[in-house]
Amino acid sequence: MSNSTLLYKAFAEALNIDPEKVNDELRFQSIPEWDSISHMVLISVLEETFGISMETDDVIDLSSVSKAREILTKYKVVF
Amino acid sequence: MGLLSNKTAIITGASRGIGKATAALFAAEGANLILVSRTLDPLNLLKTDLQSRYDVAIDVFQADVSKLDQLKQLFSELSSKNLIADILVNNAGIMIDATLLMVKPEQIENIYSTNVYGSMYCSQLVLKHFIRKKGGSIINLSSIIGTNGNLGQTIYGSSKAAMIGFTKSLSKELASLNIRVNAIAPGFIETDMTKGMNEKFYEKNLASIGMKRIGKPEDVAKVALFLASDLSGYVTGQVIGVDGGMII
Repeated sequence: MSNSTLLYKAFAEALNIDPEKVNDELRFQSIPEWDSISHMVLISVLEETFGISMETDDVIDLSSVSKAREILTKYKVVF
Repeated sequence: MGLLSNKTAIITGASRGIGKATAALFAAEGANLILVSRTLDPLNLLKTDLQSRYDVAIDVFQADVSKLDQLKQLFSELSSKNLIADILVNNAGIMIDATLLMVKPEQIENIYSTNVYGSMYCSQLVLKHFIRKKGGSIINLSSIIGTNGNLGQTIYGSSKAAMIGFTKSLSKELASLNIRVNAIAPGFIETDMTKGMNEKFYEKNLASIGMKRIGKPEDVAKVALFLASDLSGYVTGQVIGVDGGMII
């Protein structure tokens, strides 16, 4: 499975939404399912999926799917 | 089956006093332990002692909770060893007795770094474990000085009061994730902290306790066990006094 697919899958699982609703334009608080509480779950799922541990600044900055892709690249996740 | 079988608990300040008693009781109830202290030797002794009596896994780590870089290193080691916690006991704490005008800035910094920031950072770092496990329990050690105040303990008391505010807000933040957050407010407990007290002050404290005895670390550990276990599965955001009816 490609890392892009894993990324979308992680978002769908963490936010408990249909995978079809996940795209690079999806933003924090743009849907009711992505609030500050589910954001914590999202970070946990992303860390587990990609075997990384995010710094607090990155947790705060992760404001969209495309931003998640950018941040994960910093942790040597290749898309 | 113990009350904490198949659970893993992180206990900070585990080398003595309430932390040590909590570690012993948790091990007796089947918990695997991750023990943290600034000094490793007493933790190794405790580990040997507990493992001679109980069939539990015990890992010990040297870390000063007031140092975020050391905590990050600790949690990184936990991840690499695949140690995932279900329980966090934020017990590490220091006490300085001095009236406000006699307190130096570095003492304020020290107390807050350990008693408040250390607990906040540990909680922040352990959250990812709890979310992964879809539940968990954070137990913060506050104090009767935090709930009632006491002369000569302005800074210590305010740091322990901060832990109550932290407990109550965090419990609301995490309730929907099945993560419980509670605090214990011990009264006058027989620990190294209270052993150094002058006799007059000791007697005065003793006289203010309804049950007419100083508390034991085990008295506090039993309430920590309740809060860590499923016995308190519907309890969050609470501060439980363990003070024998002490009046301040």
